[in-house]
Amino acid sequence: MSETTHIHEHVTSVPHEAHHEVHHEHHHETFLTKYVFSQDHKTIAKQFLITGMFWAVLGGFFSVVFRLQLGFPDAKFPWLEDLLGEWARGGQLQPEAYYALVTMHGTVLVFFVLTAGLSGTFSNLLIPLQCGARDMASPFLNMLSYWFFFIASIVMLSSLFVQTGPFSGGWTAYPPLSALGQASPGSKVGMDLWLVSMALFVVSALLGGLNYIATVLNMRTKGMSMTRLPLTIWAFFFTAVLGVLSFPVLFSGFILLIFDRHFGTSFYLSDIYINGQALPNEGGSAILYQHLFWFLGHPEVYIILLPAMGMVSEILSVNSRKPIFGYMAMIGSLFAITILAFLVWAHHMFVTGLNPFLGAFFVLLTLLIAVPSAIKVFNWLTTIWRGNIRFTPAMMFAIGFVSLFISGGLTGIFLGNSALDIHLHDTYFVIAHFHIVMGVASMFGMFAGIYHWYPKMYGRYLNNTLGYVHFWITMVGAYLIFWPMHYTGLAGMPRRYYDYSIWESFKRFTDINQFISIVAIIVFLTQILFIFNFFYSIWKGRKVTTQNPWGANTLEWTTPINPGHGNWVGEIPEVHRWAYDYGKDGNEFISQTTPVGENESKDH
Amino acid sequence: MEKVMSETNKKMHPHKFTLWVAIGSITMMFAGFTSAYIVKSNQAGWQPVQMPKIFFVSTVLILLSSGTIYLAYRALKNRETGKYKNLVSLTAVLGLGFVVTQFLGFKELWQQNITFKESVAGSFFYIITGVHALHVIGGIIALIVIFARAFSAKTKYYSATPVEIAGIYWHFVDILWMYLFVFFLLVA
Repeated sequence: MSETTHIHEHVTSVPHEAHHEVHHEHHHETFLTKYVFSQDHKTIAKQFLITGMFWAVLGGFFSVVFRLQLGFPDAKFPWLEDLLGEWARGGQLQPEAYYALVTMHGTVLVFFVLTAGLSGTFSNLLIPLQCGARDMASPFLNMLSYWFFFIASIVMLSSLFVQTGPFSGGWTAYPPLSALGQASPGSKVGMDLWLVSMALFVVSALLGGLNYIATVLNMRTKGMSMTRLPLTIWAFFFTAVLGVLSFPVLFSGFILLIFDRHFGTSFYLSDIYINGQALPNEGGSAILYQHLFWFLGHPEVYIILLPAMGMVSEILSVNSRKPIFGYMAMIGSLFAITILAFLVWAHHMFVTGLNPFLGAFFVLLTLLIAVPSAIKVFNWLTTIWRGNIRFTPAMMFAIGFVSLFISGGLTGIFLGNSALDIHLHDTYFVIAHFHIVMGVASMFGMFAGIYHWYPKMYGRYLNNTLGYVHFWITMVGAYLIFWPMHYTGLAGMPRRYYDYSIWESFKRFTDINQFISIVAIIVFLTQILFIFNFFYSIWKGRKVTTQNPWGANTLEWTTPINPGHGNWVGEIPEVHRWAYDYGKDGNEFISQTTPVGENESKDH
Repeated sequence: MEKVMSETNKKMHPHKFTLWVAIGSITMMFAGFTSAYIVKSNQAGWQPVQMPKIFFVSTVLILLSSGTIYLAYRALKNRETGKYKNLVSLTAVLGLGFVVTQFLGFKELWQQNITFKESVAGSFFYIITGVHALHVIGGIIALIVIFARAFSAKTKYYSATPVEIAGIYWHFVDILWMYLFVFFLLVA
């Protein structure tokens, strides 16, 4: 114990020296260049985070509104009409509005919150800091990446206010609903805005991804070999590789869709009767769009999940005061997931008339993902096993992530079977599966990241008590919302229906649906508590007084408490060891910048 | 060994590296397009389109331009500024010629009643080659920027990196065109 306090004293003495020099770095910055058109990766990370949080609140609120409809199909809510106007005529959500909200909920949370808000925030914040770089390979492209996302956000937001409403054909935007303006009100200008917004979003994701890859491979500090990188960076790296290789394919699908919508081509359309009128389109195939969409769509799941996995690995190790278990196996499993992510897209299409023989290969490849996933879970559990665990809010969310990843992953094994999928596809079982394993789990990874790196972002702590309240209600709530859905789904309750009470077979689920809706509202309100905590703590939170509050080894904690543009005041530190020397040779932790001692034991 | 590895890594200019990743990304887009084409061409009622003759001219033009941009890069390295300026302009003109001949080819096809409404194969052909032509236009714009820099009186710009990067991109759109050209000849 005396040795650890010694290290603490040694570390805390560094920032005092650093503060004297900090003033040299100051060059003239206006409000506009510092906070708005900033090229500092840390500011861009905060911009991504706060924009993502805005979308998370909005996307979450959409789900509250449509859960009200699902839980209380006969009730009238006059305040809904005050808020949504025509969408909730007579206090009741209209079917078109219901579908619009479901679609927007999916689009917003998958792309704007869990892609831009998660990987955009933490790749930007941590890649330069943990690799030991002053900024990204191209800070300018990085800034553009955010602003493309911002414009995409504005366009998507504007689609909520057009007369015919936003797109309402589901977040996957399958044709013909997405290709024909006559198909539904939301397929008119709302769909055009959706496409423009998503095209801008793809550009943003590509610019960001290019930068992340170039930075990780080219801008590491002296001594930071690839196998000394923290697992967060490996995860962000593979996430960027997935994005850079799969988003362009989605883009090509969008280009064809735009031509189908506006220039009379027939890529996706054939033999269609609409309102009793035959359309001239011939020779197209809607399945083609599904192939192009899911070739992105499945890697997208891992674009969402991998950053959370990386951050959870780091947070579990730091807060267990133990080295990560199986570092190379963690990298290997990330790599395996990245490869397999490209080879399983057709498991979203088992019931589209896919050749069953071909389906068998996709079943095999899909179930193979269970192997690297199981390796990761095993390593997380063995990392915290008999550790000296500090239950910080970040650690709670990281453990919650592992729990959710296990329970959501297990149902994936059911769904990966093409035979079982005949019964389970498009039921609430699927909803439960992907919300737990991808949605809530990644949200937990994001929360863990925010609680853990908040001191680095703002130089203050988030309030712990609010953090624990936030964790427990969200954790219990997530299971109470989605666990019952497995049951209704197995019983055959389909997704995307507007009102289940008119179906004889689903009437008996009225109570369950009500229960789920009530819990969903409580969980949503708890997130408002978190938002309050976040903004309150920026100005009023407890100040960080030591350079390395968590006693972590990685490089971001060797920067000043409030690092300026350029991160390190003097030279960028040199790295001498991997990131996980916790509890080694009687030291609680040894920073990556500490040279290997003469008598140090060899093993990691 | 690890140290040596990381130092050789740093020798590559970060922008050049970024371009290589972007090339991988663009390749994936065209892989998406052409595999969609293959999937569709195996379905019933598929009528392929004949490649317009003038596309052979575009192919020669873009091949030549790959040579001229390489020579431009060499000229800049040897500080032969005059030759360098001429070769960069020539490359841009050849690139422009490529785009123009592509457009003429489209016109020719369109007059044969291969339109968006009539022909799925034709629609694919227009869009795939059209998106490629957009990438060539992007390359021309990059060349114009470099060209303007070469004439700027204020700064003498001797760094070969921008030209090298533009050159890599230019060779890439050339190779991409060769792929698409052979692809349409064989599949159609």
